[in-house]
Amino acid sequence: MKKADIVPNIVKQYSNHAKEMDETVAEFFKRTILKIPMTEMMTILKAWDFLSEKQLQNVNFRQRKESLVQDLVLLCEKRASVHDAALLDIVCEDIDLFDMEQFKSSFKKILQRALKNVMVSFRDAEENAVWIRIAWGTQYRKPNQYKPVYVVYYSQTPYAFTSSCPLRSNIPLLGQALTVASNHHKIVKMDLRSRYLDSLKAIVFKQYNQTFETYNSTTPLQEKSLELDIHMDSRIIHENRIEKERVQRVTQETFGDYSQPRLEFAQYKLETKFKSDFNGDILAERKEPLRCLIKFSSPHLLEALKSLAPAGIADAPLSPLLTCIPNKGMNYFKIKDK
Amino acid sequence: MSVLRPLDKQPGLNTATILLVGTEDALLQQLADAMLKEDCASELKIFSFFSHLARSLPLPSDVNRPRIDLIMFVVNLHSKYSLQNVEESLRHVDATFFLGKVGFLAMGAGQESHCSIHRNTVTKLANTYRSPLFFCDLEREGFRATVAQRLVRMLQICAGHVPGVSALNLLSLLRSSENPAPEDL
Repeated sequence: MKKADIVPNIVKQYSNHAKEMDETVAEFFKRTILKIPMTEMMTILKAWDFLSEKQLQNVNFRQRKESLVQDLVLLCEKRASVHDAALLDIVCEDIDLFDMEQFKSSFKKILQRALKNVMVSFRDAEENAVWIRIAWGTQYRKPNQYKPVYVVYYSQTPYAFTSSCPLRSNIPLLGQALTVASNHHKIVKMDLRSRYLDSLKAIVFKQYNQTFETYNSTTPLQEKSLELDIHMDSRIIHENRIEKERVQRVTQETFGDYSQPRLEFAQYKLETKFKSDFNGDILAERKEPLRCLIKFSSPHLLEALKSLAPAGIADAPLSPLLTCIPNKGMNYFKIKDK
Repeated sequence: MSVLRPLDKQPGLNTATILLVGTEDALLQQLADAMLKEDCASELKIFSFFSHLARSLPLPSDVNRPRIDLIMFVVNLHSKYSLQNVEESLRHVDATFFLGKVGFLAMGAGQESHCSIHRNTVTKLANTYRSPLFFCDLEREGFRATVAQRLVRMLQICAGHVPGVSALNLLSLLRSSENPAPEDL
């Protein structure tokens, strides 16, 4: 056989192969594009960045979805490879297509439309965070620069942190601006307050319990009791060694070995009926619940709670109302009778 | 359930044993350290007991524990929990111990605003059990050292190391000067 004969054969095989690939790729494209809801079609195609502006302009986005999909597939399959299809798939999965600039302008617009005199400043920070400073004014007064509100919004999460707002009437507006600008439906105020942003972040993003996987829980306890022996005079004997070890173990199980996030308060608002062991107790006969506010304060509340049982001030395990604080992400509680 | 008795064991030679009962372990440890620092001719053996005396019976191996010469119940006026613990522990002490071999130590009286137990409560408790009551802020080193000195002296007497003075003698001495017995009033 001459070389010339072989080549066409090979080319023919290749082109058949390419055709097969095209069919599977086309199918993949079709299915991927079908998955995209019509409302997000334009945004996703733009984010995918494969079809040019011109090409997109030429497509009729108002037709029925099946026809639209066919048009798009035709456009794609001429140049697109299976890798481009995979990229489109990734873009579809990443539903949260967040545009920082759009968020900022939207946020500013909402506030400025509602209040004439308001000054909004932005600063981009690490980890997809944006710091927002808002100086509030009124209809007749310029923004007060000495009482601003700071908001930190983490765009990849549904959380924003705000400093306390001196003008309480502006809080709903602030919430609304955040909600709308970030494409969410509603905003919920968490009952979690602290002066330390890092601690709030640690609690909310569940980053406070960083323990290593290879941690052997038995060895540290042995080390601890060795420490006790070294410092102790042999003439001092602890009778309740077993109980002490139990308390240490329970404390470690509850609080872990990591350093606790820093909170200053825990507040419990009780609206409960008075419970008493005595019969005929006047307070217990009241029909309305008693209102009572209990506040725990400390420079470092969680560390203080952690040290209560080992110091002998409280029994271990502590009340779950105290130990649930980082887990639930709350330090302001309302307790009512069920 | 085992009860502590003062004379159920032989005394050790040149030793004395004090039992400190209280919930706040770290402070008891410090008090014990302070007592050990005191110069004294007898060799002192000190037991430190904390919390749950009622629940944690004396360890089964009684053989290891020598005779207890003096029990000090430590109450923190800031904590109702510590008073409750002491009250429960008192039930496990034989009545004969209260002939001079028991004392009460109340701490935290200096900070009135933090006190959840009134001073009179501990005073009444001490009077009920006919035992001396000391007030001391165990957290301050100077006060701790002073109380440690008194306790060491008391321990020596209770263990019989001071000729001519017994625990009961000491008790009546203390009572007549500080806490008159109810029938004397």
